Amino acid sequence: MSDRRPEERLDGRPGERPDELPPALARIADAVGGAWLSGAVQEVVEFRGETTLLVARERVLDVLRYLRDGARPRFPMLTDLTAVDRFPQEPRFEVVYLLTAVDPQPGAPPAPAVRLRVKTRLPGADPRVPSAVGLWPAADWLEREVYDLFGIVFEGHPDLRRILLPDDWEGHPLRRDAPLVEEPVEFVGHVPKVPSEIIPRVPPRTRPT
Amino acid sequence: MGVGIPVARPTITGVTEEEAQLLERQVLTTRAARLLAWARKSSVWPVQFGLACCAIEMMATAAARFDIARFGSELFRASPRQSDLMIVAGRVSQKMAPVLRHIYDQMLEPKWVIAMGDCASCGGVFNNYALVQGVDKIVPVDVYVAGCPPRPEALLFGLLKLQEKIERTGGTR
Amino acid sequence: MAVTRETLTINMGPQHPATHGVLRVVLDLEGEVILGARPIIGYLHTGFEKEMETRTYHQNIVFPPRVEYLATMIEEVAYVQAVEKLLGITPPPRCQVIRVILMELSRIASHLVWLGTSAIDLNISSVFMYAFVDRERILDLFEQVSGQRMMHGYMRVGGLQWDLPEGFEAAVRQLMEDLPRRLDEYERLLTDNLIWRERTEGVAVLPAAEAVAYGCTGPVLRGSGVNYDVRKAFPYSGYEQFAFDVPLGRHGDAFDRYTVRMEEMRQSRRIILQALDRLPDGPVAVDDRKVVLPPRRELVRSMEAVIHQFKLVSEGFHPPVGEVYHAVESPRGEKGYYLVSDGSNRPVRVRIRAPSFCNLQALPVMVFRGTFADVVVAIASIDIVLGDVDR
Repeated sequence: MSDRRPEERLDGRPGERPDELPPALARIADAVGGAWLSGAVQEVVEFRGETTLLVARERVLDVLRYLRDGARPRFPMLTDLTAVDRFPQEPRFEVVYLLTAVDPQPGAPPAPAVRLRVKTRLPGADPRVPSAVGLWPAADWLEREVYDLFGIVFEGHPDLRRILLPDDWEGHPLRRDAPLVEEPVEFVGHVPKVPSEIIPRVPPRTRPT
Repeated sequence: MGVGIPVARPTITGVTEEEAQLLERQVLTTRAARLLAWARKSSVWPVQFGLACCAIEMMATAAARFDIARFGSELFRASPRQSDLMIVAGRVSQKMAPVLRHIYDQMLEPKWVIAMGDCASCGGVFNNYALVQGVDKIVPVDVYVAGCPPRPEALLFGLLKLQEKIERTGGTR
Repeated sequence: MAVTRETLTINMGPQHPATHGVLRVVLDLEGEVILGARPIIGYLHTGFEKEMETRTYHQNIVFPPRVEYLATMIEEVAYVQAVEKLLGITPPPRCQVIRVILMELSRIASHLVWLGTSAIDLNISSVFMYAFVDRERILDLFEQVSGQRMMHGYMRVGGLQWDLPEGFEAAVRQLMEDLPRRLDEYERLLTDNLIWRERTEGVAVLPAAEAVAYGCTGPVLRGSGVNYDVRKAFPYSGYEQFAFDVPLGRHGDAFDRYTVRMEEMRQSRRIILQALDRLPDGPVAVDDRKVVLPPRRELVRSMEAVIHQFKLVSEGFHPPVGEVYHAVESPRGEKGYYLVSDGSNRPVRVRIRAPSFCNLQALPVMVFRGTFADVVVAIASIDIVLGDVDR
C-alpha cells in the first residue's frame, strides 16, 4: 500500500515531524544542536526515518569526533564516506559521512540500531575538506576514492592518490559535468544512439503528485 | 580421432599377406598436420583469466556438472606460459587492459582467445569511461560467446567451435 | 663479509589464481615474514555509479546483480528496497517473504562459492567440486524463478517480476532437506582436517576494535566477536518475524570466519524453512500504478492502464526530492545503496556502499608479521568480490 504523505522538516521544508524521532536520535539532535556544538550544525533533516546533520566545513571533524567518542549512543563505525556533486547548484560538492552505532566490545549484545548522516558542503572552486583518517582508518581508502572520482582534496590525508582509476588518468568522472563517454550503438539503417538517450531525462514535475 | 582421416592401404613390399593385414589393423597413417591439429584441439589448456561474473560461470563450467575437462581443458593454468587459450571472462577495465595484453603476449604460440560474455565481446551492458568496449580492441579473438553471463553450456559450445576452428586451420595461427 | 638485510618487494596479481579476482597486492617481505601489504584495486572499475545516473530507476535494476555477482538476489533487493524507501512504498507480505527466501538461498550459494574457492586455494579441491554441485541446485531454483542462473532481474520496484512457479516450494524443501548432510560433509572434510586447521587457526587475526575502526562488516566483523548484523539491527523485508541466530567468533582469525560462515548457512536454512511455512497468499507487487506496471490483461480493457504503462516504460516514475540510505546484509557485510533524488526520473547520485571495499582495507592489519603463505588464507577468509570493491 502506498503510504506517501506530505512531510515537514525542522527547517520548514518537506521532511518528517520531529516528535516522531526515536528517542536516541532525539537526544542526539538536542545534543548537537545544544551549547557545545552551537554554530557547528547548520541544519537537521529528517526524511524517511533518517537523520541528516548539515555541518560547516571547518567544524565537521569536531562534530565527527564528538559523535565517535562523546555522544550517546556512540558511533564508532564509519560506514560510508562519499560525495555528491550538485552541479550547477552552489555550494557544489557535499561530502557525506554515514555513521553507525555499533558496540565494538567482542561478545557484547548488539548496540541500539541508530544511523546518522553528517554532511558538509564545499564550493566548487575550492573543494577541500579536512581528512577524517585520524578518526577512522576506514577513511583512508574512502577518501582516496572520493578524490579519485570527484577531485575533492582531503587535507591531512597521508597518501591522497587515485585508487580506482589508473594513476595517469585525467579528470574526475563522477562529476556531473564529466561525460559518460558512451560509444554510440549502431543499428543498420537507423541513426546511431547512445543507451542513456533511449529514455531521456525528464525534469521533476512542477505540480505536486 | 576426427572423421575423414585417410587410412591409406600400405603398399609395403616384402611381407606376407598375413603380415600386411596385421599391419593394416595396427598401424594408422595420416598427415602430420592433421595429427598436430587433433592433438592441439583436444588439449586446449586455458589460462586462469576470470575477471568478473563470467568467471563464476567459467568456474561452474570447470566444476562437476558441466565438466570442461571432458573436452580436453583438464587444467586451467595459472601461468600464461603454460597455456594455449585465454578465455577472457568478464569486463575489461581501462586499468586492466595493459595487463591483459601483457598476459596475452606471454602466451606461447599457437594461442587462441575466447571472448566469453557480452562485456568481453562488445562492452556488454556497460558503455562508459571505465571499460574497454570489447576485448577485440586489444587482442585478436577467435570465438565470441554471447550471454550475460553465458550458460556453461554456451561456453562449452564456444570451446567446441574453437576446436573445430583449430582442426580446420591445422592447429597453427 | 658484511651481511645486509633487504626487504623484498613482491607483486601478487592482478592475474593470480588465489586473489579471487583481479586484485593486486604488493608485499614487502623479510624472508617469509610479511612487513607490509598494499592492496592495489581498480582493475575491475566499471563505472556503475556514473552509469546508474544516466538511466531511470527501473532501467537501473540491470546493474546491481553485476556488482556483487555471487549474491545476486541480495544485491537486487538492496537496490530495489532503497528505491522503495525513497518512494515511501511497502511491498505486500507475500513479496517480502519470497524476497527473504531468495535472499537466503543467495546467501547459501555465495557461501558455497567462498567455501569451494577457499578450499581450492589450500589445494583441497574436492570441496570445490562438492560445493559447486550444491550451488548448481540453487542456481536451478533461480532459473526456475526468473529464467536466469545469475543475473536475474527478478526484483522490481514495488514487488517482483512475477509470482513463484509451481513446484518451486517443493524443490526448495527438498534442497533444505539435503543441505545439512552436505554441510556436515564439508565440516568433516575441513574442520576435522589437520591441514585446514593448522593453516587457518591463529592466521589473519583481526582484533575487534580494528575491525570496527576499518568499517568492516559481515563475517569479518562477526568473526572478531562484534555482534552487528543488518538483518537484526535494521530489519528489512520482514526479517523481524523470523527466528535465527547470529554466529559470532572469538579470536578473529580465519578459522573463526570459516565457522561463522558455515553456521550462517545453517541459519539461512532455518530462515528459509520458516519463510516457506509462513508464505502468505496475495499479490506480489504493490498496487500503485504510478510505480508498478499494470497486469497485461488490464491493457485490453482499460485506457488508463495503457497510459500508465506508456508513462512508466517511456519515462519512468518520479520519486520525491530527498535522499535515502538502505542497507541489507550481504554475505560479505553491509551492502548499502545511497540514493539522492531531485524529483526527476533519474537518480542524481547512486552510491553503493561496498562491504568488500572496507573489509579489504583491513588486509594489511591481518597479514602483518604473518608468513607469505598466510596472505592467500587471509584474502580467502575476507571473501571479497572485486566487482563490489571496484564497482
